[in-house]
Amino acid sequence: MVLLLLSVAILVVSGFVALIGQRSARIATVTGIGGAIVGCAIGLIPSVGVLLGGKAESLHLAWSVPYGSFFVELDALSAFFVAVILAISALAAIYGGAYLWAWREKKSLGPPWFFFNVLVASMVIVVLARNSMLFLLAWEVMALSSFFLVTFEDERESVRHAGWTYLVATHLGTAFLLVMFILLGREAGSFDFDQFQNLSGTPKAFGGASLLFLLAIIGFGTKAGFIPLHVWLPEAHPAAPSHVSALMSGVMIKTGIYGLIRVLTFLGPPPVWWGWLLIGIGLSSGILGVLFALAQHDLKRLLAYHSVENIGIIALGLGVGLLGISGHSPMLVVLGFGGGLLHVANHAVFKSLLFFGAGAVLHGTGTREIDHLGGLLKRMPWTAFTFLVGAVAISGLPPLNGFVSEFLIYLGAFGGGISLNAGAAVPLFGLIAGLSLIGGLAAACFTKAFGIVFLGQARSKHAEHAHEAGWLMRIPMLLLAAACIGIGLFAPIALSILQRVVQQVSGLPANVVNENLASAAGPLRLIAIVGAAFLALVIILLLLRRTLLANRKVEENVTWGCGYESPTPRMQYTASSFAQPLTDLFKTLLGTKKNVSAPRGYFPSDAALKTETPDTFTEKIYGPVFARIGAGLWRLRWLQQGNVQLYVLYIALTLLALLVWKLW
Amino acid sequence: MHFAPIVHVLLGLTFAPLLLGIINRTKALFAGRRGQPLLQLYYDVWKLLRKGAVYSRTTTWVFRAGPIVGLAAVLAAMTLVPFGKMPALVAFPGDLILFAYLLGLMRFFTVIAALDTGSSFEGMGASREVQFSALAEPALLLALVAVARRTGSISLSGMFDKISLDVWQAAGPSLALVAAALLVVLLCENARIPVDDPNTHLELTMIHEVMVLDHGGPDFAFIVYGAALKLWVLGLLLIGIVLPIQSGNAWIGIAVSICGMVALGVVIGIIESTMARLRLVRVPQLLVGAGVLGALALILVLR
Repeated sequence: MVLLLLSVAILVVSGFVALIGQRSARIATVTGIGGAIVGCAIGLIPSVGVLLGGKAESLHLAWSVPYGSFFVELDALSAFFVAVILAISALAAIYGGAYLWAWREKKSLGPPWFFFNVLVASMVIVVLARNSMLFLLAWEVMALSSFFLVTFEDERESVRHAGWTYLVATHLGTAFLLVMFILLGREAGSFDFDQFQNLSGTPKAFGGASLLFLLAIIGFGTKAGFIPLHVWLPEAHPAAPSHVSALMSGVMIKTGIYGLIRVLTFLGPPPVWWGWLLIGIGLSSGILGVLFALAQHDLKRLLAYHSVENIGIIALGLGVGLLGISGHSPMLVVLGFGGGLLHVANHAVFKSLLFFGAGAVLHGTGTREIDHLGGLLKRMPWTAFTFLVGAVAISGLPPLNGFVSEFLIYLGAFGGGISLNAGAAVPLFGLIAGLSLIGGLAAACFTKAFGIVFLGQARSKHAEHAHEAGWLMRIPMLLLAAACIGIGLFAPIALSILQRVVQQVSGLPANVVNENLASAAGPLRLIAIVGAAFLALVIILLLLRRTLLANRKVEENVTWGCGYESPTPRMQYTASSFAQPLTDLFKTLLGTKKNVSAPRGYFPSDAALKTETPDTFTEKIYGPVFARIGAGLWRLRWLQQGNVQLYVLYIALTLLALLVWKLW
Repeated sequence: MHFAPIVHVLLGLTFAPLLLGIINRTKALFAGRRGQPLLQLYYDVWKLLRKGAVYSRTTTWVFRAGPIVGLAAVLAAMTLVPFGKMPALVAFPGDLILFAYLLGLMRFFTVIAALDTGSSFEGMGASREVQFSALAEPALLLALVAVARRTGSISLSGMFDKISLDVWQAAGPSLALVAAALLVVLLCENARIPVDDPNTHLELTMIHEVMVLDHGGPDFAFIVYGAALKLWVLGLLLIGIVLPIQSGNAWIGIAVSICGMVALGVVIGIIESTMARLRLVRVPQLLVGAGVLGALALILVLR
């Protein structure tokens, strides 16, 4: 625990030093990165220790804040999230050092490093906190520091708009959490989490448990990005600098998942409909997330929608776990929670890898517009290779890590589907159909993203003059790509590390958890063997082709175009045309707007097609509602005269009113 | 009998190209032609393996990786599929998921290899392929879940082992629905009529063929052979459900399954001879229909 607090202290102090030394870009960057790496490395030691079997530690200090106490604890669940947060943060810091350096002339680098390190520290405190006040405080610091990171390029109107959307969304979410913690505190008579834990199972608490569960779903779901609470993600992630997008998408939204799991441990045995609800949320987030991703032209916006999809997959895992608890099926509990938690780690790995890749593309070409790119593999071989690894992993394909966690969720759903009674099995069948649809659509989306950006010919000047990212940016990408392959091939080991976390979340006895994990480890071992055999086959076939072609003529020529010899890059398929059959098929859900000026006459000179897929929920729900609220509040506009004396008068009147009210 | 699963894989490796010969012969018979030799695909593969290669200047290593990853993935998938009633080389709970996703891996690399050429023909084929396969995947898994629920096993080998005449008598309608769904998935995944026409001559109308236009020589041999293996493994899935014969004797089992595969080839040939290809916009309806058949089978099994 001391090491962890030391790590938090190093992060905060180095952040302040970077802020103070902001006149020199070099000092800010060096202290920022240095503090982040040292802090993360120190913090990783105790968290990995607890994951591998060390004892949980806690620290309880008095605090002068009303209802607050400085109560932190590192148990298995917290240790798992701390480890993910710190590992990804360290890599994001290394990458960010090179990425932000391009701005050294235009902007001060002190504030982004200050907010970056504070964001990492606040995320650590969020998952360690065992007191509601401390938790909410850290939660708020996390929201604000990430807001300032999102609005780094605040000279752009779209960035300010994105930041504003994020700020409103996160605070609405926090409002629900505030209510939830107040209700919990009233019930328990204390705001410490260990008192909440004692509530579980008591009948009195159970009456309100469903309300608390719904509050947690809305409050934490806003941070995690459950549909329809996801609207800030596709705005904020593209606007932020890429290392921040990676950190937010890879780990920050997982604090929402953490919060949900933590609250679930307070609420006692779940009724069946909780599991149904989470599976429903998971399916809608997963399917709509990937469909909206398919329709995007902006690489980072596409990745942001994929975060919604993957959060959906995690929710599916948790839903299976909850169904298992209410249906008294330990196998479902272990596989559901195990798969969901493993997907948390896996998504952190491949999503930050992909955002790093997207950042490298943006850095090297100056555009995120997929249809302006193309042929980057030749100019950016490292970025392309690592992006491909991430793309295969996020599509859930073997032998990489994405497949492993999806497999565990599938296995739970199949196992429950054949053993449970019809009523309980139906949502699991829905899950299987939905997850396979998500898998197919994700593959469609990432063949598009990789194929149009990195393959073929350059579609614009931007892509023609692309340059590869520097080593500081490449190393984190290579490490994450290695992690995708490593977790895929050594999945049984990854699963065994999760054993204590699953046990804590499920509340099952250790031997039951072990037994069920062991029954899942067998298949995973065989999957790893088939995966290794597959890689061996690839090598054998490569050698075979090499020997076959050794003494033969191998030529290069133009791509086949039915005899047409001079194709131009403009003739290639684009991202929009590639996705068109699918976006048309789902047009009722997507509402893609097409602006066509068709070719006219016998010798048409020009024609244009423009498509845009704004978020349906923003367009149809949030936009009109907030416009209405805005119009209503406009009537109070006369209060704001911009005159200081007037505001002093308001304060005096308020105080007077309070005084009268109190004395009455 | 310990080597039986290896024998099954070897049988698949040897006889898979023959299945396409049978389909083509059946089609020729219907058209009143003599048709190509039964062993034509073997000759083709052999011829291609002895050729040099021509690569497009636009392409990169991704284009060259496509055929190799595709063939390796389908070979890995082959080890998971039982041969008739005989268990597969690798069998474990949930192997059907790995099977479906290995085919997905094959498709992923075929598609990006196609996009690597920068040709709009190949882009078009790739775009159609990902659309149809995304819809075929739920149909395949729903159909298999129905079988899993009926047999109480979530391993392909376990499922097929338990399908007997009794099961067919008890749950005939649902198994028939499953078989119908699987047949549609098989036709779609292997680019057969009514989804795709393997003999079409116009690039604009192709799906699978157009994605591999630029491949030649050994690369194309890998693709052709891989496609034959894919037809074989999906065929085995269908045969395993339709043929409920449990002999106990390995040799009889092999003989029955081989006969089943020949019959499947004839059936596909008949379908291709008697049906026209669907318009592309109708294909999603067919695939969603297959998914609905799978769901119906599941409802019947649940009851």
